Amino acid sequence: MSCWDTIADYALRSQGIGERLLPRSDFTLCQQFTLIGSGMIWNIYFGVLALVSGFMLATGVAVAKAHHQLWLRKPAEWFIFVFRGSPLFIQFFFAYFLFQSLKAGYPFFGAFTAAWLGALLVLFLNTAAYSAEIFYGALMSVPKGDVEAADAYGMSGWPRFRRVIWPTMLRLAWPAYTNEAIFLFHATTLVFFSGFPASQQRGDALYYASYFADKTFNPFIPYPILAFYFILLTLTVIGLFGLVNKRLNHHLPKDRRAKIRLRVNLIR
Amino acid sequence: MFEFCADPASLAGIEWLSCYLTTGKHMGLYWAVGTVLLLLAITAPAALLFGFGGASAARSHFRPLSWFGKGYIAIVRGVPDIAFFLFFVIALDQGFEWIRHQIKCPDWDQPIRQGNDFIVCAAAKLPLSSSPQVYHEIYGFFLAVLTFAIVFGAFAANVLYGAMRAVPHAQMETAEAYGMSHRQAFWRIMVPQMWVYALPGLSNLWMVLIKATPLLFLLGVEDIVYWARELGGMKTPQFTDYPHADWRVWYFLALLVFYLAFTHVSEIVLARISRRLSHGQATLAGEKQRKGPRGRGKAAA
Repeated sequence: MSCWDTIADYALRSQGIGERLLPRSDFTLCQQFTLIGSGMIWNIYFGVLALVSGFMLATGVAVAKAHHQLWLRKPAEWFIFVFRGSPLFIQFFFAYFLFQSLKAGYPFFGAFTAAWLGALLVLFLNTAAYSAEIFYGALMSVPKGDVEAADAYGMSGWPRFRRVIWPTMLRLAWPAYTNEAIFLFHATTLVFFSGFPASQQRGDALYYASYFADKTFNPFIPYPILAFYFILLTLTVIGLFGLVNKRLNHHLPKDRRAKIRLRVNLIR
Repeated sequence: MFEFCADPASLAGIEWLSCYLTTGKHMGLYWAVGTVLLLLAITAPAALLFGFGGASAARSHFRPLSWFGKGYIAIVRGVPDIAFFLFFVIALDQGFEWIRHQIKCPDWDQPIRQGNDFIVCAAAKLPLSSSPQVYHEIYGFFLAVLTFAIVFGAFAANVLYGAMRAVPHAQMETAEAYGMSHRQAFWRIMVPQMWVYALPGLSNLWMVLIKATPLLFLLGVEDIVYWARELGGMKTPQFTDYPHADWRVWYFLALLVFYLAFTHVSEIVLARISRRLSHGQATLAGEKQRKGPRGRGKAAA
């Protein structure tokens, strides 16, 4: 069987399209590359959707945390504390079993016990909490002069936020937010190792990598392949976020532009 | 545990709960909390040691050593950490067995990898197949600790590398002006001063380490996640005195609260240490302490 056949069989295996049975013996390098790559579809799916939806919630939560009224500030603080203070791994387990027990009473929650929705919800809330903390920090360091200038132009309320505070907040937060995005993608590998089952062996990249490692008892091939894919993904994220960073900074003189610097890895 | 627990049928309310929470299996859960704390207690210094080694290697003037240090720091960044956990546990185990195999069975002529099997001679097995169960558990825990130390050592190396570079250069120049050698200046000037710069990163790392402990479950250690799944699962009257429905959601809620409390307490303690360490330092925080509350008031105004 040539490598092209393998790709045709397994390239969309993680979505349930193609050959049903996973390879069981005589594993070729091509099979490992294809299947682990196929699993990356899930990682990208979780990462992108959680990031986009989490971004919006995070902005709201950050603004709420900076608000002077207690009834808005406290819930935001608690939300951030709960999701940043506990391990993502436990959050996954808890959410899965919570949806399981809710399903018994309300069939509506049935869909949430599947990874595509349940795990996505957890990742969405989790990244919203981490990003909200980043945005809050940036919001606190928006230069006073910018806000005063907006006041002088007669802006207030929503226009002032939309046109002055928010862009500056994003600009200040962007390098840290890039890190957050990278580690969110890394965190997506936890999904199928927590409670959420991979139905019909439709798993993510790490799921297939550990499948091969278990079957061949040789960790030195599947995990480096996984690492290769993730480094590629990380570089793509850095590239895309770098473009946005350029856009956010393009009005500033060159020496004041914020550079994206990669910082230490974070496990949630 | 208590005497009135002998007859489960007669129990209700708080008595029932006290009996339920002190069954032998629940004791296993409480021991597992100890396992987690033990892991943290061993891993934190070990990771710091690995980190110190990595950071010093990255600073070395000897090129290959410096590449090794920088590679060690860089590699853990691009790849999900959980992949490292899964990788190192098998890789270390096979590595140890392979080394023992080379030493103990030099006249073994078959290949070590036969198809999908990894085969070493019986004398090289770790732990020996004849050794009691407890050794197998200790060995598993040891592998987990080593894996944690390697992965977190890379993070710590990153933090310490930055901290070493943050020590003002003038300090090192002064040391050399006093005639200290490179080694002396490193140990007497840089190392004592770098901690205050490293502390924010290290305390962050400590929080991350706490939150990584549930991953022990993936490494095959019977930790709190394992017990929460075991104990919370459905219990039928045939198998236990305390039958109950699926309670895993409550067990994981308890774990969630446990971790929240743990990280919260750590945060408070770390804030104290940070205040203590910046006392008398030539940093903004140290300056703030020197000026006292009045200085702070002025800064706010």
